[in-house]
Amino acid sequence: MSNDNHTPVKHDDSHVPVHAAAEPIADPGLAPHTWRPTDVDPRAEKRAERQIAAMFIAAMISAVLFVVAYFSFEVGDNWDTFAGMGASTVSLGVTLGISLLLIGVGIIHLARKLMADAEMVEMRHPAASPPEDREATLEALNAGLDEAGIGRRPLVRNTMLGAVGVLGLPAVVLLRDLAPGSTLDIGKLATTIWEPGMRLVRDVVGTPILASEIEVGDLINAAPEALFPTEENGYPELEAGDEQVQKAKGAIIVVRMDPDDIIAMTGREKWTVDGIICYSKICTHVGCPISLYERTTHHVLCPCHQSTFDLADSAKVIFGPAARPLPQLPLAVDEEGHLVAQSDFNEPVGASYWEREKQ
Amino acid sequence: MRVLNRTAGRLSRHRRGPLAGLAVLLLGLLISGSLYTAFAPAQANNQASETDQVAQGKELFLASCAFCHGKNGEGIPTVRDGYQLGPSLIGAGAAAVDFQVGTGRMPLASPGAQAPRKPVAFNDEETAALAAFVASLAPGPAVPNESDYSIEGLSETEREEAISRGGQIFLTNCTACHNFNGSGGAMPRGGYAPSLHGVEGKYIFEALLTGPQAMPNFSNGNLSPDEKRDVIAYLGSIEDNPEYAGFSLGGLGPVSEGLFAWLVGIGSLVGAAVWIASHTTRSKKSKVNA
Repeated sequence: MSNDNHTPVKHDDSHVPVHAAAEPIADPGLAPHTWRPTDVDPRAEKRAERQIAAMFIAAMISAVLFVVAYFSFEVGDNWDTFAGMGASTVSLGVTLGISLLLIGVGIIHLARKLMADAEMVEMRHPAASPPEDREATLEALNAGLDEAGIGRRPLVRNTMLGAVGVLGLPAVVLLRDLAPGSTLDIGKLATTIWEPGMRLVRDVVGTPILASEIEVGDLINAAPEALFPTEENGYPELEAGDEQVQKAKGAIIVVRMDPDDIIAMTGREKWTVDGIICYSKICTHVGCPISLYERTTHHVLCPCHQSTFDLADSAKVIFGPAARPLPQLPLAVDEEGHLVAQSDFNEPVGASYWEREKQ
Repeated sequence: MRVLNRTAGRLSRHRRGPLAGLAVLLLGLLISGSLYTAFAPAQANNQASETDQVAQGKELFLASCAFCHGKNGEGIPTVRDGYQLGPSLIGAGAAAVDFQVGTGRMPLASPGAQAPRKPVAFNDEETAALAAFVASLAPGPAVPNESDYSIEGLSETEREEAISRGGQIFLTNCTACHNFNGSGGAMPRGGYAPSLHGVEGKYIFEALLTGPQAMPNFSNGNLSPDEKRDVIAYLGSIEDNPEYAGFSLGGLGPVSEGLFAWLVGIGSLVGAAVWIASHTTRSKKSKVNA
């Protein structure tokens, strides 16, 4: 080290042998130390001390004002007192903010004006422990093994290893469903609440949909009628948990387009009613509900990852990470002219899973 | 009262007289004649003014709209297959014209992904004439009345119910594109769903009815007029709601809030740290006792 001037550099490298000759570039050392005004001028030092104390005192006052504001302003009564914001909101935020800010500024001021101002050099440690430490550790380990007598008592050693090994069995039992060819009941993933003749109803409202009243360009966010049980339709009340599951799986979007625009997949020619076509609302990528529908292009876009499906072309994926088209629900009309499902979806709705293709 | 009674009594005494039938007949003729003069010519005038309005609308249409929509509103296809320079307006109805022209979207400044709202080009009378002309091409949705989209006539409880129902309908049908707060959002190919803040109830009703640009329509068979009114009531209630917690940053959700936190929040912290570290005063003097 070449610190030969008056700089108060502190070293903490006593345990490290420094081989100056081994360094390819000579250590240039530190620039000469310069002093702060507070180091050389007692008046400046006093002034900084008073400034810091004043900040801390102001922080205390501000914190007390926070408590005062908390008890003196009613939330809700005067919600637009200051620039469209509530008196309570503004005063609580400002007092707490000032208090925290002044504590922070005070500490920084203290560190920069009054705390010791000396450059410090700390040399890097070698990565390996010293040889004597390593020897001591190995000795302690061997001594421990000798004292425990594991090497001399094979019965104890073997049963202990066996006990730990058998712990693997619970893990295998718990995780066996992840293995290919497992016997997990996946039937409930493959089917939904839709059944032949079940009416389509408007989501939230629960009213059935007259096919004749739907115009070209209409988008209906719909649901199975069984989710809106009444005495009239006779569907049973669902349990709260089951209702959420069935709602998530049964959600659909219904659109009407010019029948000439529809390119029906083979076997699906009779799945639409005068250009009214219905798909699962659940994206086949990771299962977000989708209804960003563009009437002019017949595209529906998933807001999560921008998968885009062409509803005129069997909901083919035309962009994004989804791998499969949206499942289509075959439609028909009942004797009153309301839209009904011909059957359940003919494939599982929503995101993929291992056993999906085995149905 | 007594005079009236006496008059009625005298008349009553003659009610079976030989001239009574003639008098009633004359009276009847007089009343029906006056009624005819009072109402019939007015109807004729109305018809004449409607024809005038359609004629005026056609004139305006030929000057300002026919370049894209065709001389008879039949639409003009471009070379790109399936795309149109201007779509057909047959059956678009008065509501579509009132929306597109009344919000300044039409006449379009230039064709593109979006038809933005801009200052209107026609006054109310001209807009009504254009609407009358397009409505005369084929039947289509009419301009709604104020009672269709306003909750003024409802009681306080009914209004609250309408707002709550409208909120559910909005969150189910509209949020996907227009954001949970009605602030609008991005759409494919450079388009966007516009913000619904400050949009008049009439225009929201018309947009639902007619599906402007890429928006799907929500015809009366899809969402009933009352359900549309509830959605409008809900949008009004969002705007009237005080923002207790201060700035909403556009109500765009995690995008604007995250951007603000990262750029302004963390950015200012980094800036402050750099500033603190780079500004320091050093004395030229040396410490006396060092």
